[in-house]
Amino acid sequence: MLRTFRIGGIHPPENKLSAGKKITALAAPKQVIIPLSQHIGAPAQAVVKKGDLVKVGTLLAKAGGFVSANIHSSVSGKVNKIDNALDASGYKRPAVFIDVEGDDWEESIDRSETLVKECTLSSKEIIDKIAAAGIVGMGGATFPTQVKLLPPPGNKADILIINAVECEPYLTADHSLMMEKGEEILVGVSILMKAANVNKAVIGIENNKPDAIAHMTKLAASYQGIEVMPLKVKYPQGGEKQLIDAVTSRQVKSGALPISVGAIVQNVGTVFAVYQAVQKNKPLFERVVTVTGKAVANPSNFLVRIGTPINVLIEAAGGIPENTGKIIGGGPMMGKALISPEVPVGKGSSGVLLLTKEESVRKPMHDCIRCAKCVNVCPMGLNPAFLMRSTVYKNWEMAEADHIQDCIECGSCSFTCPANRPLLDQIRVGKSKVMGIIRSRKS
Amino acid sequence: MMILIAIISLGVIGIIGALLLYWASKKFEVHEDPRIGQVQSVLPGANCGGCGYPGCAGFAGACVKADSLEGMLCPVGGAPVMAKIATILGKEAAAAEPKVAVVRCNGTCQARPKTNKYDGVKSCAIASALYGGETGCTFGCLGYGDCVKACNFDAIHINPETGLPEVDEDKCTACGACAKACPKNVIELRKKGPKSRRIFVSCVNKDKGAVARKACANACIGCGKCAKECPFEAITVENNVAYIDYTKCRMCRKCVAVCPTGAIHELNFPPRKEAAPAAPKSAADVQPVASATKAPVAETKNEVVPQATEVKEETKK
Repeated sequence: MLRTFRIGGIHPPENKLSAGKKITALAAPKQVIIPLSQHIGAPAQAVVKKGDLVKVGTLLAKAGGFVSANIHSSVSGKVNKIDNALDASGYKRPAVFIDVEGDDWEESIDRSETLVKECTLSSKEIIDKIAAAGIVGMGGATFPTQVKLLPPPGNKADILIINAVECEPYLTADHSLMMEKGEEILVGVSILMKAANVNKAVIGIENNKPDAIAHMTKLAASYQGIEVMPLKVKYPQGGEKQLIDAVTSRQVKSGALPISVGAIVQNVGTVFAVYQAVQKNKPLFERVVTVTGKAVANPSNFLVRIGTPINVLIEAAGGIPENTGKIIGGGPMMGKALISPEVPVGKGSSGVLLLTKEESVRKPMHDCIRCAKCVNVCPMGLNPAFLMRSTVYKNWEMAEADHIQDCIECGSCSFTCPANRPLLDQIRVGKSKVMGIIRSRKS
Repeated sequence: MMILIAIISLGVIGIIGALLLYWASKKFEVHEDPRIGQVQSVLPGANCGGCGYPGCAGFAGACVKADSLEGMLCPVGGAPVMAKIATILGKEAAAAEPKVAVVRCNGTCQARPKTNKYDGVKSCAIASALYGGETGCTFGCLGYGDCVKACNFDAIHINPETGLPEVDEDKCTACGACAKACPKNVIELRKKGPKSRRIFVSCVNKDKGAVARKACANACIGCGKCAKECPFEAITVENNVAYIDYTKCRMCRKCVAVCPTGAIHELNFPPRKEAAPAAPKSAADVQPVASATKAPVAETKNEVVPQATEVKEETKK
C-alpha cells in the first residue's frame, strides 16, 4: 500500500506529454527582462545601472530584506534600462533589461560537468552561499531557501523532505531533472542535510514516474540517510503540508509552519540549484521549464535563462498552435493565464501550458445542491461551499471561524464541482480579505 | 364538574403567570431613552451604514448619546433629516455639505483598447485578485459592476457604451457603499458643489505619462499644466496623477481648458461662451468631456490573445 496524505485530494488526468524528453538548453535571446521581484517578500534592490556591462552570474540586485533574495544576471551584455515591465498578471513591476552580447561567464563559476561530491563547508557557510546565490523555492512558491533553513528559535528539524512528486498534470521539469541530474540532486540533498543539521532525508516521488523512482533509488543506495519513497498519485501531494503528512504521517496545525513538526520541505529543482551554488559557485540564473499542451507540436523540457520571454520558449517548441485559447504559466491546476506571451520566465516558472480553445472555455455555472463533493476533496479539510457563501455575503467573521486562511488555493474544489461553481475564485477574495483583517488586528 | 376544575386551575395558573410577568417586567426593566425611537422614526430606515454606524438604530442611539451633532450625518436623509433630529434632541444640527459619488475613470471602450480577454466570474473583486485587468491600465475601472451590486439606491449603473459606471446624482445619497466595493478605489465621494457643479480629475493611473497614455487616450499623464494654471493651489500632482482638492477648488474651470488629454471633467456647468446659464443637467446626461475622438494608441497584440483567468475546466472531461 503506497503512502499518501489522508484528507481529500483528486486525480486529474496526468497528460505528461513531455515525459522522457531530454532537457534541451536554449540559447540566450536578444534581450532578457529580469524582474526584481521573483520571490515572496521584499523586492530586491538593483545594484547595477543603465549602461553597465554585466557577465553571466553578475549580481544585479541585492536582497531587500530578511525574506528576499539576490538576483543575478542570466546573460552577458549591457544593461539597457531599469524600468517597469509587464509581469504575468498584467501589473508593471521594476525589472532590469539586458541586451545580450556574447556569452561571457563570471570566472568564479565552475562550468565543468564533473560531479563534486565533497563538501567541507559548515552549516552556516552553506546557508550563506545559498543566500548569496539567490535561491528560492523553485516549485512555484518562490520562498527564499535560506529563510527555510534557519528555523525560528525553539524549533528543531529532524527530517528533510524533498518534494519530487510533481503532482500537477502536464509538468515534467522535475522528472526530467531527476533522470538527468540524479547524482547532483543527491549531493545537493546531503548538502542541505548538513545545512539543516538533520540525519534523515526522504525524496517523495509519485508512482507515475517509475523510471525516476528506480533511478533515484539505485543512486541513493550509496548515500547515507537518504531514502526514496514512492507515493500514490494524488493531487495536491506537492503541497507542503500534504507532503509532510504523506511521508511522515505528521500533521501541521492550522497556521503553523512545517518546522513545528520537525520537517523542512525543499523542491527537487531547488536542491539542484543548491548543488550548483555550493559546489560550482553558480548562482540561480537558469531553470528547467516544461513547454507543453495537447496542440503543441513538440512538447519539451528546456533549460532556460531567467528573463527569457515566454514566446521564445513557445517558438522553440513549435510555435503557438492555431486554436490556442489560453497560455498558462505553471500547471493547469494552480497556474494562471498569462496576460501576454512576452512576459519573462522567473525563478518560479515551472511550465508553460498552451490550452486549446475547447479546453479553456468556462462551463455555465449552476446552483449549489450541497452534494459536498468539494468538502470530500479539500486537502485541508475545509468546507469550500460554505467559505464561498461567507465571501459572497461578506461574512468575514464566519469565514475566519471556518479557517479560510488555511486554504492552499489548490483548486480541487473548483475542479470537482459538478455545478461549475467558481469556488476558488471567491475563496481567494475572502482569504485575502480575512488575512488583511488578521494582520490589522495584530498590529 | 371536571370542566369547572380545569377552568379554575388553568385560570389560577394564568393569574400567577401574569403576576410573575408583571413583577419581572418592573424588576428587570431596561430603561431606554424614548428619544431613540423618535429619532429612528425620522431616519430613512435604509440601514445602509453610510453614516458609519451599524444601521439606523445604531445611528439613532449614537445621536442621542452624543453631546453635539457635529460630524454626525445621515448621508441618505441629508440636512432635512438632521434638522428634524436636532429638533427632537434640542441640539444644534451641524451644517453638512452634501456629497456625491464620483467615478474617477474615463477609460471608455474606445479610449482604452483591450489587450486580453477575461472570461472568469464577472466580479471586480475576483478579477482584481487574479490580475491587472483587460486593458493596459491596471488602475482604472474593471467594469464588472461590483459598485452597481453594492448600491442600495439604484443610483449607479454601467453604461453599456462606455463600459463605465455612471452615477445618478438625484438618487445618490453618498453612503459610500460603491466606493468601498471598488477594488481599484476609482470611486470617490466629493462635495456636490453649488448647483451640483463639480470639477475633478477623471483618472487614477499612476503610471508615467507615456505608459498611461499608451494604455488609455483619456489618461492623466501627470504633466502638471493644471497645477500651474490653478490660481487657488487646489491641484496637486502626485505619482503621475493630478488631484483636485474640492475644499480649495473655486470652479474657475481654467484647468479643464489646459488639460491635454481631457482627463479633467466639469459637470453641470452651462456651455461655455453662452451668456445665459442653462439649467443644470443631471450627471447621466453629461457626455464625458474627452470622448474618444482620438484614435486608440496601443498597438494590437499577437493574433492569440491569452485570457487571464484561472483554468480548472481543462482536465475536467
